[in-house]
Amino acid sequence: MSLRSPLSKILGRGSAKQGVSHWWVQRVTAIALIPLTLWFAYQLIHLPLADYDAVRRWVATGLNPAWLLIFIGAVAWHSSLGVQVVIEDYVPHKGAKVVALLTSTFLHVVLAVVSSYAVLYIVITNFCGGIIPVGFLYLH
Amino acid sequence: MRQRPLSPHIGVYKFGYTMATSIVHRATGIVLSVGLIALTYWLIAAASGPESYTSAVTVLAGGLGQFLIGGWLFAFSYHLLNGLRHLNWDLGRGLEKAEARGSATIVVVATLLLAGAFIYAAFFAGVPR
Ligand code: HEM
Repeated sequence: MSLRSPLSKILGRGSAKQGVSHWWVQRVTAIALIPLTLWFAYQLIHLPLADYDAVRRWVATGLNPAWLLIFIGAVAWHSSLGVQVVIEDYVPHKGAKVVALLTSTFLHVVLAVVSSYAVLYIVITNFCGGIIPVGFLYLH
Repeated sequence: MRQRPLSPHIGVYKFGYTMATSIVHRATGIVLSVGLIALTYWLIAAASGPESYTSAVTVLAGGLGQFLIGGWLFAFSYHLLNGLRHLNWDLGRGLEKAEARGSATIVVVATLLLAGAFIYAAFFAGVPR
């Protein structure tokens, strides 16, 4: 018996590469999120969250902004892939499915980009000591 | 669009313990995904200045905010612990029916403990706010 699958079994199954990478990225981001979410939760518990200056100082201190960006990237990617699977399973109508998938992906990208930009913005404005650069330009 | 393989539809399963834990994993995953909006809102507020941050804190410290935060702590505890169970399955371990039942019980009990600890730390531990 040949080890090669008959063409008729392969057609229409979608790209194997894509499917494997989806599965793997879901797992890899899940593993990365174990330490990242626990770090984040630990930090939040110890932060005086109502204190604007303390929160901004924490965001801008040491490697915190780097870890925050990594956390944002991992959590948005994991969440996006997860929601995608749920939509594929539960939204039966093809048109609605495509719209739902595009909307979810778009929202995840927007949330990840905006929250990353907020982190960078806090770091920059903290360094500039009260002078607020707008779009990386100084306004007087 | 071609027909592609999907997860088996829920209708084909007999309802059981392991199925309930699987549905809850899904539900908590979606609840946490909604939480990303709150994370972004909080970071935007901190980037936007003291007035925005104060009003965001007022929202998050209000009744609805506290309810949502409590829910996310519960969802996170479950999803984290049951996620470990999933990852163990992915290594091909713990797949026997009795083992899956046992780990389901452990996850439920450990979720109550972990969520309880988070809720204590978040709402009652008296960290200066
Ligand atoms: C803390 C560490 C986390 C771990 C260990 C973890 C683990 C996992 C695993 C293993 C899966 C795949 C389950 C399956 O095979 O069906 C999964 C699915 C999912 N996760 Fe997470 N996760 C974590 C955090 C998060 C967070 C923070 C979010 C949301 C912001 C999230 C959202 C989702 C969603 C929406 C799914 C899809 C549910 C499904 O397909 O049924 N996860 N998670």
